Amino acid sequence: MSAKVEELIKEEHPMERLLRMDRIPHIWCPTCGLGTTVTALSTALEQLQLDLNNVAVVSGIGCTGRVAGYMKLDSFHTTHGRAVPFALGLHIARPELKTIVFSGDGDLISIGGNHFIHTARRNVDMTIICVNNFIYAMTGGQVAPTTPLTAKAATTPYGNWEHPFNLPLLAASSGAVYVARWTALHVRRLTAAIKEAISKRGFSFVEVIAPCSTLYARINKLGTGLDLMKFYHDNSVIRHGADLNDVDIDFQSKIVVGKFVDIEKPTYIDCLNEGGKRAFGDKYKPYGGGNGNN
Amino acid sequence: MKFWRTPLDIDKLQIPRGELHILKERCKGCAFCVEYCPKGVLELSEEFNSKGYHPPVAVKPEECVNCDLCEMLCPDFAIYCVRTEAGEKEVTT
Amino acid sequence: MKADPNNVLTGAHYLDGNHACAEGAIAAGCKFFAGYPITPSTEIAERVSRRFPLIGGVFIQMEDELASMNAILGASWGGVRSMSCTSGPGFSLMMENFGLGLMLETPCVLVNVQRGGPSTGLPTLPGQADMMQARWGSHGDYEVIALAPDSPQESFELAVHAFNLSETYRMPVLIMTDECVGHMTEKVVIPPAEEIELVEIRYSSKKPGEAWPFEATEDLISPMLEVGKGHKFHVTGLTHDERGYPVINAEAQAKNVNRLVDKVNKHAEEIIWLQEKDVEGADVVVMSYGISSRVVQPAIMKATKEGIKVGQIKMVTVWPFPEKRVAELAEKVKSLVMVEMNLGQVFLEMDRCAKGKCETYLVGHAGGTVHNPEDIYNTIKEAAK
Repeated sequence: MSAKVEELIKEEHPMERLLRMDRIPHIWCPTCGLGTTVTALSTALEQLQLDLNNVAVVSGIGCTGRVAGYMKLDSFHTTHGRAVPFALGLHIARPELKTIVFSGDGDLISIGGNHFIHTARRNVDMTIICVNNFIYAMTGGQVAPTTPLTAKAATTPYGNWEHPFNLPLLAASSGAVYVARWTALHVRRLTAAIKEAISKRGFSFVEVIAPCSTLYARINKLGTGLDLMKFYHDNSVIRHGADLNDVDIDFQSKIVVGKFVDIEKPTYIDCLNEGGKRAFGDKYKPYGGGNGNN
Repeated sequence: MKFWRTPLDIDKLQIPRGELHILKERCKGCAFCVEYCPKGVLELSEEFNSKGYHPPVAVKPEECVNCDLCEMLCPDFAIYCVRTEAGEKEVTT
Repeated sequence: MKADPNNVLTGAHYLDGNHACAEGAIAAGCKFFAGYPITPSTEIAERVSRRFPLIGGVFIQMEDELASMNAILGASWGGVRSMSCTSGPGFSLMMENFGLGLMLETPCVLVNVQRGGPSTGLPTLPGQADMMQARWGSHGDYEVIALAPDSPQESFELAVHAFNLSETYRMPVLIMTDECVGHMTEKVVIPPAEEIELVEIRYSSKKPGEAWPFEATEDLISPMLEVGKGHKFHVTGLTHDERGYPVINAEAQAKNVNRLVDKVNKHAEEIIWLQEKDVEGADVVVMSYGISSRVVQPAIMKATKEGIKVGQIKMVTVWPFPEKRVAELAEKVKSLVMVEMNLGQVFLEMDRCAKGKCETYLVGHAGGTVHNPEDIYNTIKEAAK
């Protein structure tokens, strides 16, 4: 099938410079917000005019985990929840690379939650793009740590009775220096936020609220992916610098979006060098990368 | 085009024009482009692609202002605009 | 390639096995270490954290062992020699991503300073009961390389060797030491840097766009791709083709997994390292590894003095298992004896390979202390009958 589609498509899409066209069409369902978010990242990278040889994408498992496989960059598809520590190792070995972790809410915040908070605490210079669709989609729509209270999922057939995480608050209180949230509908603002996050030195976090029509919308009777986009249109409230205690997402509630945190703080490698200098004075040679390349 | 306030540089403004390219076979019929095109250029066609989806069709292609919104929203990399030479002055108040 | 003199602490030292292991890794050019404290392995991390700042390495104490294993894989793909150390419970946690390391064919070294298990077991006392976990601990089919040092000196040497193997075969390599070796302090002679030969991983010389991360080669070892060089490669823990792209079907699985397995099996004879003594003409051959291979000495001496023809095989590499050698010996000797600090793990492999051609004996115990040489002696005597 895919070979046939490729034959039928002769034209080149402008994103092709950043996508592995030999793997497109992707596996994501119709109306999934992931493709849009990938476009936002690709556009951000184009606009930043970065040397694409120096950008690496790391992702974990799940629908969002597949992003690494579609981006035409050095890309790593790791195990469930472990994208962040893998990226940490890669970043320390090659600090000159822009390391971007692109993963889902369940992957980053549930199974990878510990890695997420500790990497934020260390302020490791990387960008995390967390696509939050409120559900474990790849495995069939089970409850996630982001599923709003009362929302249904495959494993909460009577409605979720656990409190979800407020991701911007979690990221900021763990030490992230840049925190923003947008929906897949806010493509331009999302692109701008990803640009800022990538340019930011330190642990930057962008949450993207994205439609999952196949599972989240269907089980909760919210209509199509387009209906979810319309919902974002009608219910997103842009509030830059909002008090993060107020940005919880309840079931079908208003969604506060915006840039919440943008502060300066020494990164992990800054602190490493600071510590080295403190201990050894002039004898210490600042660390600039593995194998003494830098 | 109607303005709620006439821009001061109205005489210098040029409305950009775009040419739409739809990669029908890649489309999964989500209709994001149709819904959010600010100029209402697109509609879902009656036609099916080989996957059984209705790809969009430009019903008012001349209205496209090359805003790229369809391209950015499309989850399937199936539509894009290219800016055309024509940037004719047709701003009216 | 010779070792970098800046990294090598040439001279005679009085070190425990863990510190010696750390020095071996540093001499081998290890520049990234991610670990999580766990007894009895922690001294390796402590030594590395002390030594790294002045030689341009980075030590990071991670939030857990899952993260440690992943971080060293990430750093390895960043082109840096990397390692981690742990013990029983941490080894269990690392197994998930040890599998990722095998699947991504990522060179790195993982040290397990074995203690008594299962679960928390005996944190401060020795064991050798993780040997089968080393072999089969991660899910799926694969082959591993595991080394077992018997002394601080060998901890140093095998750490260097482990890095060389991991760079040669492009895969994670295990050092399965134990609490006894780890905490035993002895003289360790670290040679001058120019006497330490290091293997450099083979990077692909192909141009971007032409090179794939798992390119098929005759020796089954694909050249590594370097990040940041424009290859824009993709690697995944999913079953993949040589481009690194996921392919989810039985054919791709067969190709991928068989290659991982064959890569080690095809080179098994080069990898396997046995130290044999008096094996020719022996009636009884005592096999052992790690600390147990030292504990067998008095028993063998006593038995030899009594006229029993006893040979010894010390397995420096436990995995891949020396199947051929054991099968050969089984035809010649009366009995094979396995001495290990568990209730019969590598013994089962020895027994399998002997195919009933000779008697096989296990001298095992559940760990917590080394063997009483008397027990080994008694078994040798029994085996010689």
